[in-house]
Amino acid sequence: MKLIFGRPAGLTEVNQRYCPGCGHGIVHRLIAELLVELDIRERAVGIAPVGCAVFADEYFNCDMIQPPHGRGPAVATGIKRARPDCILFSYQGDGDLAAIGTAETVHAAARNENITVIFINNAIYGMTGGQLAPTTLPGMRSTTSVQGRDTGKQGYPIKVCELLAGLDGPYYLERCALDTPKNIIRTKKVLKTAFQNQINNKGFSLVEILSMCPTGWGMTPVQSKKWISEVMSKYYPLGEFRNRAKEEK
Amino acid sequence: MVEKRLMYGNHALVEGIIYAGCRFFAGYPITPQNEVPEYMSIRMNEEGGVFLQTESEIAAINMLFGAGAAGVRATTSSSSPGISLMQEGISYIAGADIPVLIINVVRGGPGLGNIAPAQSDYYQATRGGGHGDYFTITLAPNSVQELFEFPRLAFELAEKYRNPALILADGLLGQMMEPVEFTFEPIDPKTLPEKNYALTGCKGRERRVVRSYDLRSGKLEELNWKRYKKYQEIIKNEQRYEVINDNDADLMIVAYGTCARVAAATMKMARDKGLKVGLLRPITLWPFPKDKLAELGARINNFLVVEMNCGQMIDDVRAATRFRPQIHFHGRPGGGVPNPPEVLKKIEEILGGAQ
Amino acid sequence: MPEVKILEDVCKGCGLCCDGICPVNILILSPNRINSSGYHPATVTDMEKCTGCGYCYITCPEPAIEVYK
Repeated sequence: MKLIFGRPAGLTEVNQRYCPGCGHGIVHRLIAELLVELDIRERAVGIAPVGCAVFADEYFNCDMIQPPHGRGPAVATGIKRARPDCILFSYQGDGDLAAIGTAETVHAAARNENITVIFINNAIYGMTGGQLAPTTLPGMRSTTSVQGRDTGKQGYPIKVCELLAGLDGPYYLERCALDTPKNIIRTKKVLKTAFQNQINNKGFSLVEILSMCPTGWGMTPVQSKKWISEVMSKYYPLGEFRNRAKEEK
Repeated sequence: MVEKRLMYGNHALVEGIIYAGCRFFAGYPITPQNEVPEYMSIRMNEEGGVFLQTESEIAAINMLFGAGAAGVRATTSSSSPGISLMQEGISYIAGADIPVLIINVVRGGPGLGNIAPAQSDYYQATRGGGHGDYFTITLAPNSVQELFEFPRLAFELAEKYRNPALILADGLLGQMMEPVEFTFEPIDPKTLPEKNYALTGCKGRERRVVRSYDLRSGKLEELNWKRYKKYQEIIKNEQRYEVINDNDADLMIVAYGTCARVAAATMKMARDKGLKVGLLRPITLWPFPKDKLAELGARINNFLVVEMNCGQMIDDVRAATRFRPQIHFHGRPGGGVPNPPEVLKKIEEILGGAQ
Repeated sequence: MPEVKILEDVCKGCGLCCDGICPVNILILSPNRINSSGYHPATVTDMEKCTGCGYCYITCPEPAIEVYK
C-alpha cells in the first residue's frame, strides 16, 4: 500500500490548535503541499500574522517570522529586498490585512512587491472572540454587532480584491473559497500561480480565501461551509480580479 | 594619510552608515532629517543597496525588522513623531533580539511640536520607548565626526548583544558643517559574518523562527530574565563618556549632543574667569555612564545638567551620583537651544552662592 | 484496493469530510468512539467501497486523514 494523500513535508509534526472545522488548517496544508511540489521549502520564509494563525510559525516546516499586527507585507518586503532568493509568503487574516494593516497591504501591492500574500477572509475576529471585522457582512452578527452589522453606524465591508484591483501595481489578485472540494482544489491552483509569479519575479500576488470560522459564526462546521456557498460568496464573488500574465500575452 | 572632507552632519551620517557596511535603508520623510533619505537614495543607488521610501514610519521599522531578521545591516532615520510611530516595531525587534540601527534626529515636542533641535526624547530613548521590558543601546554624537563614526559602533554593539541600537542626534548636528576624517576603511558587507539566527531559507539546516512571543507557561518570564542578564552585561561593559577637567572641578556640567558643545564653550569661559568647571559628556545614554558619575559624585559637590528639554536626565545623574552632590539644571525645551552666556550665568549663581 | 486511514487522535470531529463530500458516502462521525481530546472521530463504514478519490483528505483541516492505494 502506498500513501497517496497524507500530511505533507511542508508541515511540521505539531498538531494544529485551531477549532474543529476551521479553514486555516486547509489553507496551511495547501501551502505546505506547494512548498514541496514547487521545491521552495528550503528557500521559503513565511510570515505568521497576529490572530488565530499566529501559531503558523510552529506549523510550517520552513523559516518563519512573527511580526506586529498587520505589518506582514512590510516585514516581507524587508526580507525579500535583503534576500531576493528567498520566497516570501505573508499569511494574514482579515483584521490583520484589511483593518490594522491596510496601509501595508495597499502599498506593497502598489509597489508590486515580489511577494505572495495569502488573505484568509472569514469575516470575523477569531482569536479575540468574534468581534466585527472589516469584512463582516452587512447584517452579520458579531460580539460587537450583536444586532447585526449596522451599515449606518459601522459602515460597509472592505472588498480587498476589488480595492486592490483599482491599483496599477499588483500582478495577480484572485478570490477563492473552501466550501467544496472543487473550490479547495481551485484554491490550490491559485496559490500555486501566486507562488510561481514570485519565483518568476513577476511581483505582487494576493490570494483571498473565503474561509469558515464555525466558532466565531456560531454555526457547525457543515453549516459554515454552506454559509460560504449560499451567502458569503454572493457578497464576495469568486474569481480573478487581476492577472497581468494574461494582459502580457 | 587619512582622507579629510568638509561635510554636512546629515551627509556624514549617511557616509557613516554606508562605511559601516549597511546596504539597507527604509524611511519616511520628516523634517529635520530629510537630507538623510535624500542623500541615502543616491548613495544606495551607487552602492547597489536597498533604499525604500515607505508609506509610514510603521512600515519602515517593520521592513527593518524583516531585513535585520534576514541577517543584514539595516537602518532607518526619522525624527521624534516618526520615532513614536516606530515604537511598536522597536518593541517587537527588541523582543526578537534582532540588531538594527534607528536614527532619531530629535525635534521639539510633544505632538507635532516644531522642527527645531531638541533632546526631549531622552526618556523615550533610554527607557526602551515601547511596551515591555527592554532597552535600546543609545549613542549621542556631538560632532559631525561622530555622526560618521557612530553607525559602525552602533552596528557592532547591536550585533554583539543582538539588540536594536539608537543614535540620538538633533537638527543642529545634522545641519552643521565640519571636517570629517575617514578614520576607517569602508566595510564590505560581504565580509560580515553570517548570523546564526538569520532567515535565509532552511537549506541544509534546521528551520529558524524569529518571534517576540511565547505563550508557554513561564517561558516568557525566562526569556525576559535572559534578556535582563544581557542588559546587565551591556551596562557593565559599554558605558561610554568623555570627561574633561574633572580633577580640580568645583562643578561638573553633564551634557550630551549639542548641549555638550555649548557646555564645552561655557567651561572655557568659566575657566577664563577662574571658575573650576569640568564636563562629563555621556556618549552612551543607555547604558548611562553611572560608574564614572558615581566616582565624580563622591568628590565633586555641584553638578549642572544642561539639556534641551525640561530635565529628563536629572534623575539619572542624581541616582548615579548617589544623591550626595547638589544637582542643578539649566534647560531649554520646545526647540530652544541654550547658549554659553546663559549657562555661565547659571554657573556663577551656583558657585557664587556656594562661596 | 484503496484505503482511508483516520488518525483518530488528530481528528477533531468537525464532520466536514462526512457531509456529502465522499462520493460513496462511507464516512460518518463515530457515535460511540471518543478520542483523547474528547471528540467523536470520523470513521469509515465500508472500506470496500472506497475509490481513493482523496476528497475527504482535501476537506480535512488537520489533516487527520491518510489515503493509501
